[in-house]
Amino acid sequence: MGEPAKTAPFAGALDLEAAYRDSHVGEVLDSLERELVGLAPVKSRIRDIAALLLIDKLRRAVGLSSGPPALHMSFTGNPGTGKTTVAMRMAEILHRLGYVRKGHLVAVTRDDLVGQYIGHTAPKTREVLKRALGGVLFVDEAYYLYRPENERDYGQEAIEILLQVMENQRDDLVVILAGYKDRMETFFRSNPGMSSRIAHHIDFPDYTPEELLAIARLMLERMQYRLDEPADGALREYIEKRRAQPHFANARSIRNALDRARLRQASRLFERHGIEQGRAISKQDLETIEECDIRASRVLKRGRA
Amino acid sequence: MRIKPHDAANRDRQADSSAMTDTATKDRAGNDRWVAADEHKRAKTGAARYRAGVLKYAQMGYWNPDYSPEPTDVLALFRITPQDGVEPEEAAAAVAGESSTATWTVVWTDRLTACDRYRAKAYRVDPVPGSPGQYFAYIAYDLDLFEPGSVANLTASVIGNVFGFKPLKALRLEDMRFPAAYVKTFAGPPTGIVVERERLDKFGRPLLGATVKPKLGLSGKNYGRVVYEALKGGLDFTKDDENINSQPFMHWRDRFLYCMEAINRAQAATGEIKGHYLNVTAGTMEDMYERAEFAKELGSVIVMIDLVIGYTAIQSMSRWARRNDMILHLHRAGHSTYTRQKSHGVSFRVISKWMRLAGVDHIHAGTVVGKLEGDPNSVQGFYNVLRESRNPQDLQRGIFFEQDWAGLNGVMPVASGGIHAGQMHQLLHYLGEDVVLQFGGGTIGHPMGIAAGATANRVALEAMVLARNEGRDIWNEGPEILAAAARSCAPLKAALDVWGEVTFNYASTDTPDFVPTAAVA
Amino acid sequence: MRITQGTFSFLPDLSDAQIARQIDYCLDKGWAVSVEYTDDPHPRNAYWEMFGHPMFDVRDAAGVMTEVNACRRTFPEHYIKVNAFDATRGRESLRLSFIVGRPAVEPGFGLVREEGPGRSVRYTTRAYATERPEGERYPSAAEDARAHG
Repeated sequence: MGEPAKTAPFAGALDLEAAYRDSHVGEVLDSLERELVGLAPVKSRIRDIAALLLIDKLRRAVGLSSGPPALHMSFTGNPGTGKTTVAMRMAEILHRLGYVRKGHLVAVTRDDLVGQYIGHTAPKTREVLKRALGGVLFVDEAYYLYRPENERDYGQEAIEILLQVMENQRDDLVVILAGYKDRMETFFRSNPGMSSRIAHHIDFPDYTPEELLAIARLMLERMQYRLDEPADGALREYIEKRRAQPHFANARSIRNALDRARLRQASRLFERHGIEQGRAISKQDLETIEECDIRASRVLKRGRA
Repeated sequence: MRIKPHDAANRDRQADSSAMTDTATKDRAGNDRWVAADEHKRAKTGAARYRAGVLKYAQMGYWNPDYSPEPTDVLALFRITPQDGVEPEEAAAAVAGESSTATWTVVWTDRLTACDRYRAKAYRVDPVPGSPGQYFAYIAYDLDLFEPGSVANLTASVIGNVFGFKPLKALRLEDMRFPAAYVKTFAGPPTGIVVERERLDKFGRPLLGATVKPKLGLSGKNYGRVVYEALKGGLDFTKDDENINSQPFMHWRDRFLYCMEAINRAQAATGEIKGHYLNVTAGTMEDMYERAEFAKELGSVIVMIDLVIGYTAIQSMSRWARRNDMILHLHRAGHSTYTRQKSHGVSFRVISKWMRLAGVDHIHAGTVVGKLEGDPNSVQGFYNVLRESRNPQDLQRGIFFEQDWAGLNGVMPVASGGIHAGQMHQLLHYLGEDVVLQFGGGTIGHPMGIAAGATANRVALEAMVLARNEGRDIWNEGPEILAAAARSCAPLKAALDVWGEVTFNYASTDTPDFVPTAAVA
Repeated sequence: MRITQGTFSFLPDLSDAQIARQIDYCLDKGWAVSVEYTDDPHPRNAYWEMFGHPMFDVRDAAGVMTEVNACRRTFPEHYIKVNAFDATRGRESLRLSFIVGRPAVEPGFGLVREEGPGRSVRYTTRAYATERPEGERYPSAAEDARAHG
């Protein structure tokens, strides 16, 4: 049974307000709010967990204990829905509340944990664990660890080691497993030991078209571009069409689309303002993405990505 | 207009009273002409410069406020106290001149040389804050003025001629800056801090030493006893004192033989590498080499020399030490005759730099809290100059110039003189980790014996380092930490009982002149 | 006998918590921590065996302690030390090195003297342990008690 590491100073009397302030968790929650568009259910769940952990700290301070805190989590959802970003913020929150000593995040997939031959897996997994101890281990597409159909697969060994650490070294490590929702559910059904150690399941829904548009605008702002009005409308259309198509990776797909639009803008500017043409290029030209830059996409022309 | 010597004095008086107004005089042909009030500060050129007679140094070109020092210039900062009636720029120019090419009267043979280049240039003069009548003078020397790799030449050049100069009441060399091009001509410390630690296999804490006491009189065998007890008890080094060379009460060979027995016995008893600084100082270089060779033959890891052997001898011994894989310890014997007074002499800061160039591995550099002179800021300045690979300007610690040591090894400073285990937290705080702490009296005078004294110091040190690494506030909790360690170490308890209250609090005679500027809100 | 190599050998053996705190200090400074072991304690033995590489990417003492404990389990009768390496320019060497494991019985060293010309003597320290081959150098305390009645 471990005590949380004493990183956050604790207010003397039971002053919840002060404890919240002193932990600086609010800053992380605010930055989460700012950085990520939408994800309302996720953000509210994170706030709940933060509240629970803070209350738990207060309870321990007066001698009430509900056993070691259950911190391992699973994040389910399609790619590009913010799982890794939220995992990093969660690591910070856990650190600021004193549940994790250093607060760094080590992100791995099956290949980082599993070896190619007998005896290769355990050292590989232990190496990863060594780096992750004191922080958070994020295993993306965790279900690939489990390949029951292949008897020479060493993923099971990695799972065993993880289970052991998740149970016996809760003070040292928090594990977050992530992946597609349906496949994670199958994985947990076949690995009840793993499932029983996960305290919090958080689902990351796909972004709505409005949210995707907002993400696009945020990305453009950060890159210091702007859409003119017709381009904005074109982008809306693009998003609607692209969502419906397979392999849509939410924010990542938006990012790719914007990068392609930038390419087209650059070519267009070259054609229009090239040396032969002699027309001076303005700052406005450089920052604006026009409708044609978006409409040139195959998604809009031919209806497929 | 011809200038005659006695006119110069008259004009001085005139210039002082009418500082900014021009003066009317007559030229050779008897015509009136106006003379700029600060003409005596402006360099003359051409024929006017080389006409026989006496000029002010500033007129000879040694004062040049528009000069911007080259990265290849050697720079010096002097603290000058001009005689009454001598202007600071003229005094600075005189120092520049007399430490380079000038003499008291114009000489035509200057024109056979690229004289503008060889002339040192005083380029800046600032009043010293809080000391009326004293000025900081910045002087730049061309690299061609110096022989590569020779501290003797460097010192002969900069301080060889100028300190007795009558127009100055007092003169002190405060700091110097050496360009990388010049630093690279020196081999520097033969071992350096890093390799010393690797040879001893001791990391993470200051090293511990003690000078054998009584300073003089012990015979070789009894001397070895002190060394054995101290090293066995826990010290890393013991030390000959500066005047232990070869006297009727103990011949040097007997000392070396008995010390090696003691060192090796202590090594076998502890499993640690131990050493004793065998002083090889002698009347001639030949004798010194003989003694050093014997030390090497007997297997010593370290030998010692005194500052008084002179700069050339020190460089020779440095060369020998490198060739023979020997750590070279320097005792700064005699330095306080010229480093201690603020107004006149050479600052120990400069001595430290010279010694780093000359190439010593250890140098006594002050303790702050012990019996010998040294205020915290100045001493930390010395330590930084010896240890760091690059010194930024740090006026609070008396470091006026940024200095890049161009990869030269660091020198391990030695803190020795009236310190005891009860001050361990202060010592660690002020002096850091790369230092040799020497507790002579503090080991040998221990009530339970020499070995116990050594153990007390070693336990105190390790406990303090352990606590500091854990993040404890050793400055405030030091005494507590020592008391806690003393609970499981009787020798430490006894040491604290005997010496816990001893301090040496006197006003320091050599502090930096630094006026912190008020922070802007 | 107790060899006093390493930074903290004059203090009582450090607890795991104390060791972890020292390791945290090193990791916070960005130094790479490594574990080494040997059964040859001669002071001039510059190369103890490496128990794995220096841990350049580990952020927390818990990670290092797993290695320390693994080494202790594997080599219960060897000397084990923790080193911290600082790769910054001008240092490129160890900053801290302390012993975290010792054999139960430490026989220590004998001093061998070879008389030379004049009054000089050539010295060498010889570890009693290394008179035996590797693997037999440090009997456990129980074996030692049996051997010496």
